[in-house]
Amino acid sequence: MKERSGRESRGAVVMDESDRRAEALFEAGPPAGTEADSVLQESARLAEIARERRRQAKNDAEAETVFELKDVSVTYGGSYAVQGVSMSIRKNEITALIGPSGCGKTTVLRCLNRTNDLIQGAKVHGQVLYHGIDLYGPKVEPVEVRRRIGMVFQKPNPFPKSIYDNIAFGPRVGGFKGNMDELVERSLRRAALWDEVKRDLKASAMALSGGQQQRLCIARCIAVEPDVILMDEPCSALDPVSTLRIEELMDELVSEYTIVIVTHNMQQAARVSDRTGFFTVAEGQDEKDHRIGILVEYDLTPTVFTNPSDSRTEAYVTGRFG
Amino acid sequence: MSTSASQTNAPTTPPISLTSRRGWRHRARDGAFRGAVTGSVIVGLVVLVALILQSLIEGWPRLNLDLLTSFPSSFPERAGIQSAIFGTLWMVGIVLVTAIPIGVGAAIYMEEFADTEAWYNRLIDVIIQNLAAVPSIVYGILGLAFLSRGLLDLGPVVLTAGLTLSFLVLPVVIIASREAIRAVPSSILDGALALGATRWQGVSRQVLPASIPGIATGSILAVSRAIGEAAPLLLLGALQFITFNPTGLGSSFTALPIQIFNWISRPQEGFHIAAAAAIIVLLCITLLMNAVAIWLRNRFQQTW
Repeated sequence: MKERSGRESRGAVVMDESDRRAEALFEAGPPAGTEADSVLQESARLAEIARERRRQAKNDAEAETVFELKDVSVTYGGSYAVQGVSMSIRKNEITALIGPSGCGKTTVLRCLNRTNDLIQGAKVHGQVLYHGIDLYGPKVEPVEVRRRIGMVFQKPNPFPKSIYDNIAFGPRVGGFKGNMDELVERSLRRAALWDEVKRDLKASAMALSGGQQQRLCIARCIAVEPDVILMDEPCSALDPVSTLRIEELMDELVSEYTIVIVTHNMQQAARVSDRTGFFTVAEGQDEKDHRIGILVEYDLTPTVFTNPSDSRTEAYVTGRFG
Repeated sequence: MSTSASQTNAPTTPPISLTSRRGWRHRARDGAFRGAVTGSVIVGLVVLVALILQSLIEGWPRLNLDLLTSFPSSFPERAGIQSAIFGTLWMVGIVLVTAIPIGVGAAIYMEEFADTEAWYNRLIDVIIQNLAAVPSIVYGILGLAFLSRGLLDLGPVVLTAGLTLSFLVLPVVIIASREAIRAVPSSILDGALALGATRWQGVSRQVLPASIPGIATGSILAVSRAIGEAAPLLLLGALQFITFNPTGLGSSFTALPIQIFNWISRPQEGFHIAAAAAIIVLLCITLLMNAVAIWLRNRFQQTW
């Protein structure tokens, strides 16, 4: 909202014709009228209804817990990035982690499949239980963890190979012995990409559009049949239409998988998630006056957005800061 | 321009001048700099063209198939470079099968597995950078002391020469391979690891294939440098009059630069002509390899 008012005030001074047209489009939202758009809008509406139904069903039944974080802190080279996070993430739900930059939400996400191990000097304190097993236990093999807990990154990162090989890589390294063609097709269908790429699976993945690449990365992730899919701002590099498609996809996938998503986009968290964790930055909690990320509030998404119990959450979700 | 603009606009707009306010000094300095850099290019080109032309003119009478297929002879008009070409090919082969696997392996370790903060890895890094700048004659001494005599006592054979050239190009191969591996974004390895691949699987099946064009380009350039090296081979005692091709790793041998060196140092005019022709052949081989390297780079260049 802040950004828009800035645009308008600048627009008044140096607005030429093309600016004015862009401004009009901006006001009107995505161009309506074409068939593809109306289909998209319709499917978005249907997805919203499905989501609502799922939410209501979920609220009643006590769902199984997938992750249990107990007082988790992460240090990089001795200084805290995020401190004292406790939350439980439930099966077949979309959990959104929101908050301003530097609040540690991505760090927490990376704890969940031991991707933090890959960063030199990173150390995780506290307990991260996955189905009751301590992920940082002495006998836990990180490779095994990542095989079960997949991850989709902020920037689409397809391998510079064919679409087929992108999907087949995970199963191959995992020792998959079945029918690979079938698995590739199934994964691409699940990621709603099959119809767009089926004509040429040997084509380079680098030639796909950004949105297609991200769906390919999701398909690649699904191909190893994980239990959980972690998504680190999966739509931040995508246009609104591609974003909508990914959101619909998440909505379908959550019936089979548990999804944890980090997002900068509050509307996105509100649209797709069942539960939302709000992180923020606390100033100077240790002697060196470092900025440390903390989890402020974790609750059902409607509660966080409409009736938050913490004033900082309210300030954030109403757009007063961040 | 400025007057017409002030007429159409409101009178409060200040007149704009687009003429230079910085004066001739700046323009002169600009021109001098441009002249200096253009001159540098021209000097380089002129030297190269002069060298090629001079060799072409001098060597033209001997530049034919006979030169390539004949063996060295005491009669300049019958002397050829077949054994030198085969000697060079043998050495290139040895360099390819030793320096490249070891160089790429070292590069993978340095880029993907080494703890870059550790003092010993930083030391290795500095040593490799410096080794790349060591004069080739020093590698000749190394080969002489440890391979030809001393430790391995192989004698002045093609294996000794190949391994010596291998040492010579190894640092260059490592540096080029490291750069090629570093050019692959870390998100590729992250993506592979997130799919449950081990680090080795991610590196060997994603990062390494993606960096192969860069590695190949760097390696070819390194080998083409090795082909032209005479100094270490002279030190190792490459023979200059060999009338047979190497038959194995333990064969005596000669090589193109050695043959050229030998002919130029002879008094007869005929050998000088043969040497010029051999220089053309050597240049062609080097240019061909560089062309392949450039083609590889352009053909497989990946924009991330």
